[in-house]
Amino acid sequence: MSAWKKHEIFEKNSIILIIGIVLAISVGGLVEIVPLYYLKSTIEKTEGMRPYTPLELAGRNIYVREGCYTCHSQMIRPLRDELERYGPYSLAAESMYDRPFQWGSKRTGPDLARVGGKYSDQWHKDHLINPRSVSPTSIMPGYPFLAETQLNVRDMADHLKINVMYGVPYDETQIANAAKDALAQANPDSDDIDGFEERYPAVAARDFDGDPSKVTEMDAVIAYLQMLGTLVDFDLYDEKANLR
Amino acid sequence: MADHNKEVDKVTGVETTGHEWDGLKELNNPLPKWWLYMFYASIVWSIGYWVLMPSWPLISSYTTGMLGTSQRAEATAEYAAAQTARAKTGEQLVEASLEEIQTTPKLLEYAMAQGKVAFGDNCAPCHGVAATGAIGYPNLQDDAWIWGGSLDDIAYTINYGIRSGNDDERYAEMSAFGRDEILSEEEIDQVSNYVAKLAGLQPEEGVDLSAGKVVYEDNCAACHGDDARGMRDTGAPDLTAPNYLFGRSLDAIKAQVNAPRHGVMPAWVDRLDPATVKSLAVYVHALGGGE
Repeated sequence: MSAWKKHEIFEKNSIILIIGIVLAISVGGLVEIVPLYYLKSTIEKTEGMRPYTPLELAGRNIYVREGCYTCHSQMIRPLRDELERYGPYSLAAESMYDRPFQWGSKRTGPDLARVGGKYSDQWHKDHLINPRSVSPTSIMPGYPFLAETQLNVRDMADHLKINVMYGVPYDETQIANAAKDALAQANPDSDDIDGFEERYPAVAARDFDGDPSKVTEMDAVIAYLQMLGTLVDFDLYDEKANLR
Repeated sequence: MADHNKEVDKVTGVETTGHEWDGLKELNNPLPKWWLYMFYASIVWSIGYWVLMPSWPLISSYTTGMLGTSQRAEATAEYAAAQTARAKTGEQLVEASLEEIQTTPKLLEYAMAQGKVAFGDNCAPCHGVAATGAIGYPNLQDDAWIWGGSLDDIAYTINYGIRSGNDDERYAEMSAFGRDEILSEEEIDQVSNYVAKLAGLQPEEGVDLSAGKVVYEDNCAACHGDDARGMRDTGAPDLTAPNYLFGRSLDAIKAQVNAPRHGVMPAWVDRLDPATVKSLAVYVHALGGGE
């Protein structure tokens, strides 16, 4: 019973046991996680993806701050009923600039991966202030303070810098003008709009919350919601190349 | 403990493991047979699974398995199968004119069923489950139509939307008579009261309604019409009907004259297929107010 004797080393020495456990588990981790970083089929390239604009990023931060992810996922699974209800299944590339991603499997509310453009800005505003005003049976809490809270853009540049550390390709001028761009996207009449359009071509700039007097957190959240799932053009996407 | 002495516990008659902690010993009972065989069976199962299903990562790819299973392929195939199943009637919907759909019982039945589902998925969030609308979102049950209530008008609105940003959108914008200082505060009061009277509301006392009528004729009649019954070409609503989109009260009318709100109907032409849009048009038309 020599194997038995060797096993006794683990049983009688907790440090060696811990090291043994870590080694055994890391094999599982390495086999499951490491291939995702190099397998061609998991790193699909798609046209159309771009980093979030500062206003969208601010909206995303509010989305995370308010815990929207606890009830809403942003991941359409490859299942027939989900394709029929929400649209094309989510691609990994669509989360490439998400830090952190907003996938999930718990849906108390509907999936939001392709909510962009489905409703009007005004609907989003009404719905965020009081969900029951447009959806009588909704159990979502209201967020009326978003419409009154001025958007804090002082640390906007820092948010971009942190994303750069994680590999999101913001350039120097985008970082330097982050705060200005965040305000300009929600106020197309401002003088900074030309600079914004140059740095973020083909991005919708408008007064998202219908309140031209100030740029609010509501502007940011609606700007974020209205672009979700709209970047990849699925008429061009070759789904046959990525079946798995 | 190191030496594995076979020792039998006197009370139970079962062999011990030889482990001892302060005089306590552990019985070496065998694993239950059912459990052991399940364990072996699951090992055999996993080997079969590796062969048949995608499993192991390799250098540049992964083992796809003999069955070639793919979640995305399965979902796409199921979706395509559902589309094909609908296509037979769906194609007839696409080819038939809206009027033909309405007069062919089989097509009508199909369009109404599909329209009902599509309405719940896409339209109900704004227009309500019963299509009765809300402040800012038109009621589709009644016969007041801002942009027209014929089958073709409804289909066009669904396809291209209103102020949707689509190239073929329906577009109209009312001037902000107060915010942009086109009218004075007094004139806004007068014209709002005049319109309130047209709407069957009680005007405020002491306001000169005849002056309001003049303001109306000079500023509003071009779009809303001399009789204030609205004009569909300009997307100007009927001001004599009880269905006020942004609220039927003197305050709401004043607010609208001062700095009007403008609703947005999204364009669905890129989101829904033609058969679904046609079904929706027929469904909405049949809700009660179709022309």
